[in-house]
Amino acid sequence: MQMPEPNPSILARKGRIVERLLAVLPADRVISDEAETRAYECDALTAYRCPPLAAVLPSSTAEVSAVLKICFEEGVPVVPRGSGTSLAGGALPTADSVILGVARMNEVLEVDYADRIIRVQTGRTNLSVTGAVEEEDFFYAPDPSSQLACAIAGNIAMNSGGAHCLKYGVTTNNLLGVTMVQMDGTVVEIGGAHLDAGGLDLLGLICGSEGQLGVVTEATLRILRKPEGARPVLMGFDSNEVAGACVSDIIKAGVLPVAIEFMDRPCIRATEEFAQAGYPDCEALLIVEVEGSPEEIDEQLGKILAIARRHDPVELREAKDADEAGRIWLGRKSAFGAMGNINDYMCLDGTIPVNELPFVLKRIGELSKEFGLDVANVFHAGDGNMHPLILFDANTPGQLEKCEALGAEILKLCVEVGGCLTGEHGVGIEKRDLMVDQYATADLEAQMAVKDVFDPPWLLNPAKVFPLASSEARRVVRVAAE
Amino acid sequence: MRPESEADLAEGIAGAREAFHIRGGGTRAIGVTTAPQVLETGGLSGITLYEPGALTLVARAGTPLVEIEAALAAEGQRLAFEPMDHRGLLGTVGAPTIGGVVAANVSGPRRVQAGACRDFMLGVRFVDGTGTVVKNGGRVMKNVTGYDLVKLMSGSWGTLGVLTEVSLKVLPRPETSACLMIDGLSEGAAQEVMSRAVTSPFEITGAAHAPGGPGDVPLTLLRIEGFAGSVSYRLGRLQEMFADLSVRVETDPGQVAALWRWVRDVEMMQGTGGDVWKLSVRPSAAPGVVAELRARHEISRVLYDWAGGLIWVDCAPGTDLRPKGLQGHATLIRASEQTRLSLPVFQPEPPAVAALTQGIRARFDPKGMLNPGIMA
Repeated sequence: MQMPEPNPSILARKGRIVERLLAVLPADRVISDEAETRAYECDALTAYRCPPLAAVLPSSTAEVSAVLKICFEEGVPVVPRGSGTSLAGGALPTADSVILGVARMNEVLEVDYADRIIRVQTGRTNLSVTGAVEEEDFFYAPDPSSQLACAIAGNIAMNSGGAHCLKYGVTTNNLLGVTMVQMDGTVVEIGGAHLDAGGLDLLGLICGSEGQLGVVTEATLRILRKPEGARPVLMGFDSNEVAGACVSDIIKAGVLPVAIEFMDRPCIRATEEFAQAGYPDCEALLIVEVEGSPEEIDEQLGKILAIARRHDPVELREAKDADEAGRIWLGRKSAFGAMGNINDYMCLDGTIPVNELPFVLKRIGELSKEFGLDVANVFHAGDGNMHPLILFDANTPGQLEKCEALGAEILKLCVEVGGCLTGEHGVGIEKRDLMVDQYATADLEAQMAVKDVFDPPWLLNPAKVFPLASSEARRVVRVAAE
Repeated sequence: MRPESEADLAEGIAGAREAFHIRGGGTRAIGVTTAPQVLETGGLSGITLYEPGALTLVARAGTPLVEIEAALAAEGQRLAFEPMDHRGLLGTVGAPTIGGVVAANVSGPRRVQAGACRDFMLGVRFVDGTGTVVKNGGRVMKNVTGYDLVKLMSGSWGTLGVLTEVSLKVLPRPETSACLMIDGLSEGAAQEVMSRAVTSPFEITGAAHAPGGPGDVPLTLLRIEGFAGSVSYRLGRLQEMFADLSVRVETDPGQVAALWRWVRDVEMMQGTGGDVWKLSVRPSAAPGVVAELRARHEISRVLYDWAGGLIWVDCAPGTDLRPKGLQGHATLIRASEQTRLSLPVFQPEPPAVAALTQGIRARFDPKGMLNPGIMA
C-alpha cells in the first residue's frame, strides 16, 4: 500500500512547528519525541506503520481550532484520530503529518431523557455513551464490535454500524448534530437537538467523510429507551442457500428482528474449538434476535420458527433463559478471537444484496481454493454486510500480499453483484485503490469536489479514501504552493 | 425539456443556455425560482428493481409515488418514513413523484420513530449542473464507500443535480395499528405526555397534538403499530401509563389511518388562506416557542408533530414568523409569491455554514442552471 512521500520542507521545519503547537497546548499534550510518536504509528490495520511528525492531544474545541490553524498556516497535513481502532487505516499517519487525537476530550456535556439526546465530546468511547444513560434504561444504538474502545469521533468519521443496525440504523441515523472545526480553524455548528437540516444536509455529508472534511469535537446523539427484553434463537442448516432463503423469508414475512447473524462451516468449526458454545456441526448457522416483552417475543419467535421449520433446519434452539441466550451468542461473539487464535487474519467488510448471499458464498469458496488461503464467513445477514475473514501467516513471506490480492477479488465480487466495498469499516487506505472498481471518474470527482470546499488545501487526512492517482493533482497544488 | 433518458437529460443540461425549473409532479412548490424554462422528469419513470426479501426498491426519479406505493402494498411493504402529500395544503394538483419526495426530503409523523426520507435513502443517480452524470451509494443497506452524497442530494430541492434514479430501503407494513386519543391537555402537558410516550419501551410511531383538535377540543394522538398481540399489549401498557388522563382508544385500522393522514397532511390548515410555516425545534422547547409566537403574531392554528419536534403554524399572510435566535429552523411552506420573495423561505445559515453551502452549490452547479433561487 503506497503512501505519499513526506514533504522534506515540513520535516525540516519540525522544530518550529512543534514550538508553535507548544504555545497553544500544555507541554504534556504535544508529543514530538521520536520514541513516543511511535505510539501513533498505526491503528488497528497494523500491517502499515509510520510515526507522525508529532501528535497532539487537545482538550477542547478551542484547542483543536488553535492546532488546526497553526497546521493550516504551516501547510502541515493533519490526521485526526479517535481511539485508533480503524481496520481500514483511517488514522495511519505520514512522516510529515500531525496526529490530532481527541482521546482526552471525553466529557458528557448534556443528557436530556425527555428529548432523547446526549451531547458528548467525541473522544468518548461508544460503550461509555450507553454507560452514561444506562441507569435510566436508555442506550445509544450503533454498536460496532470495537465499542469498548472505539471513540464517537471515529464512529462519525466512518459512519460505523454494528450488529443491531437492521432495526436501529447506523451512526448517521443516530447523529443529530456536531461541532466541527475546519482545517483553517473555523468552528461550525451543524444540527442540534432538533430534527432535519434547515438547508442542505451537511450533517449527512460530514458523517462518514473519514476525517477529511473537519475534526468533529462534539456530537449530539439520539438515545433510545431500552426494549423490555431480547431473546435469540439459533438455527442450523445444511446449505448456505437454504439459510439465505430463510433470512429472506423472515424479512418478507414482516418480522423485523433486531439482528440476524450468519456463520458458515469454517467459522462454526473454528469458534466451536475455541469457545465450545455447543454449536451444531452444519453448513450454515443463523442467530436471530428479537425484542419486546416476553409475550411479544413469543409472538415474533413463533412466526420466525414456523418459517425456519419450512426450510428443514438441522437444529433449532430457543433460549429459555438468560444463560441459554448467552450460550447462543457465545460462539458468535468469540468468532474473531477464535480466528486470531488459529492464524493472522484479515477482516473484509463488503456489503451485498441479501438475495445474492448463496452465490457470493459459493464464489468466495472457489476463490479461497484458487488462492490457497482459508476464508471463514461471519456476518450481518439481515443487511448483507459480509465479514469474510481471510486466514494467513504474516511470518511467511508473500502471504500478506496474497491475502490482500484475495481480499481485493472478494470485494470486487461484492461490487459486481450490486454491493459495495465497505459496509461499516470505511475506505481508509485499505480499500482506497479499489474505489475505481465501484465508482467512475465523475463519481469520484463529485466527492473530491466536496473536500475542495471544506478543505481547499487538502491537508486533512489527505492520502485516504481516494486513489492516490485520482487525488494527486489536488494534493500537488498544495506542495507547489509552499 | 422532458427527457426520456438520463443520457438525453445530461445532453440537454450540458447544452442549455438558460436555467431550468425542475418539476416532478409539481405538487411541492416552495421558494421562487428565476429559471425561465421547465424541466419535466416524468419521462424518467418506472421501477427498475424491487427485492422484497432484501427490503430494497430502485426507481427512476419521475416514477409516480402511487405506482411505488402500489408495488410495495402488493408485497405487504411500505415507505416507512410516511411522506406527506402536500397537495391539500398547497392547493396543488398533479401526481407526486418519488424524485420529488427525495429532493424535498419529505417525511411524515413516523419520522419520530423510523427516521426521515434521507434515512431510507440507499443510492442516487443524478445529472449535475454541468450535465455530468454522477452516482453515489448503491442498493445495499450498509454502505460507507466514499462520501455520502445520497444524504446531500436528499432535501437539496434539485439545486445540486437532477435526480434520475433513487434507491430506497423499504419496510414491512405492520399487521395492525392503534391510536390513543387524549382529550383536553394544555400544550405543555401534551408535550410532556408525548415525551413520556416516545421514551417508553413501546415504540410509539406517531406523537402529535392539536391545541384545537377536530372539534376545537385539544387532542393528543399516540400511535402504535405491529403484530396484533404486540399492539394490544402496548395499548394496555400505555393506558396504564396515562390512567389519570381522559384516554380513548381507536383500533379500527381505517380510522387510525384517517387520523394520521389528518396529521401528516396538516388537514386543519388546508384552504384557510393563512401563511403556513414549519418549525423544527427541540421537542421540550416547542410549547415555549409557540407561546412566544402567539405573543408576537396573529396565529390562527398550531399543530405539533414528532412529539413536539415539528410545529406547523398557520398565521396571517405576510408575517415574518421566524423567531430570532431559534434553536432549530423555520421554513416557509405556504405563502403568496410576494411573501416568498420578500422573506427567506429556508432558515438563514450562520456565515461559516452558508459559505460551505454556497461552495458546494458552486461546485455542483457552477452556472446556476438548476432551480436558481429556490433555496435562497
